[in-house]
Amino acid sequence: MPEVDAIVVGAGPAGSCAAIVLARAGKQVVLIERGPFPGSKNMYGGVVYPRILDQLIPNWWLEAPVQRWITRRQTMIMTDTKALTIDFRSQAWGVPPYNGATAFRPDFDKWLADKAVEAGAELICSTTVTGLLHDSAGKVSGVTTDRPDGELTASVVIACDGVNSFLAKQEGLYGTLDAANYTLGVKETLALPKDTIDERFGVRGTDGVDIEIIGCSGDVNGGGFIYTNLDTIAVGLVLKLPKLAAQSKRPEELIASMKDHSAIAPLVEGGELKEYSAHLIPKAGIAMLPTLSADGLLITGDAAALCLAAGIWLEGVNFAIASGMYAGEAVVEALRAKDTSVAGLAGYQRRLESTFVLKDHRKLRRIPELVMSDRVQHLYPELATSVAERMFRVDNPDPKPGLRRILNQERKRVGIRRRDLARDSFDGLRGFG
Amino acid sequence: MSAGIGAADIGRDPAWPEISFEDRIGTATFHVHHEAHIVVDGKVCADCSTRECIVACPANLFVPTSDGGILFNYEQCFECGTCYMVCNREGAITWNYPEGGHGVVFKLT
Repeated sequence: MPEVDAIVVGAGPAGSCAAIVLARAGKQVVLIERGPFPGSKNMYGGVVYPRILDQLIPNWWLEAPVQRWITRRQTMIMTDTKALTIDFRSQAWGVPPYNGATAFRPDFDKWLADKAVEAGAELICSTTVTGLLHDSAGKVSGVTTDRPDGELTASVVIACDGVNSFLAKQEGLYGTLDAANYTLGVKETLALPKDTIDERFGVRGTDGVDIEIIGCSGDVNGGGFIYTNLDTIAVGLVLKLPKLAAQSKRPEELIASMKDHSAIAPLVEGGELKEYSAHLIPKAGIAMLPTLSADGLLITGDAAALCLAAGIWLEGVNFAIASGMYAGEAVVEALRAKDTSVAGLAGYQRRLESTFVLKDHRKLRRIPELVMSDRVQHLYPELATSVAERMFRVDNPDPKPGLRRILNQERKRVGIRRRDLARDSFDGLRGFG
Repeated sequence: MSAGIGAADIGRDPAWPEISFEDRIGTATFHVHHEAHIVVDGKVCADCSTRECIVACPANLFVPTSDGGILFNYEQCFECGTCYMVCNREGAITWNYPEGGHGVVFKLT
């Protein structure tokens, strides 16, 4: 007999939500975390979209440890000397049920893990899971850990062990690893007085700003971000790994260049570095989706590459929460039916397919590659900002040339073929659904 | 300090002082274990001319030596996985997580 019903590896949002569901269903669940506390190994850009939590923790906003509620979103397209910004505000996002929030993962993830403990899960921290145990038929039957006598058996293991998931790799659920499917997220948390942040970013109280930037990552395909916390700001970049490795500027130098830009410097200058951090992101979307289950095993969250990096949508925690929750539900079903084989666990994939988790990924399947393409990264920012400059410029005594003429002239100057522009526009429109 | 573009445009003081890498990495907390969780095989690296790890590792843990080798120190590692992902030399990097409770501890991320 297995010692427990389920072992959940990793107390990030996916693991904690899987554990909440299992514990509430009366199952014996052990949640194992390698860090000294949940969230201690976790880093992200800085915004979480927690509406999916409505299903697990009603009125979560009354207690979730957030920094600011995002009420202003900007998409900035820049070149070395120009920047074009789309700026959106909604005060509806500043009241319940809210939309997005900045939060520190060591706070947020610990709060979610506490919910799992309240529900009856056993949380074991400072313990690294080193591998999967299998029974004689090859079914996953538990885990080995780095504790003395650290083997633990279970009917099901849920691997929520993050982007580098050793468990998914051990079980052969990934194909050949391709560095091009990953970006490095690197950021600085900079301290500024709250009043200064409010003034610079044009917000009050706990309202916050989310700025996403394209064209700010030098020769490396990627993107930049600035998020406001209460009295710090997060400033960073996501960098496509092969491109980062093939040039000569280090990640912190690329951040420094971004911070020096005339559109960024006035927002960030004087900020004192409180923490420098980095983490990998699985960013290729559905193209890198691994096999999601084996006999006795499910994988979720970043371990399952369920991270959406699709231009204006940069989401991961909500996909982790949902996939963890659905994994928990599927395991409850499988335990009830006494079948924890791949067939018995099929409710997991079914739930992912019928909800935003895989529907969003399938709908936006073309977008991650398009956003990271050389034209979008390097040529379109030049085109968009040049067109804007010429539209806003008053060239008297020359008469105004008109938008179509400017667009055509600038397209030629930048070196974009008409058919590439037409195809990318079509792909973009079709891709965004 | 990298030569930023645009710094001059806004007429502010010369860019605020960029801190040393040592001070930068010192802002993160590390509970260092006595055993290395990542092992780099210097013999493999000695033959490598591309050395993606040197530029890509956000913690700057891979340092070229004057004799053409690579010096690696595991202690202030973010455990991100960039090094083994970008490395194209089989067997150069053996990568594991640190012993439970050790390694990086993020606070403001």
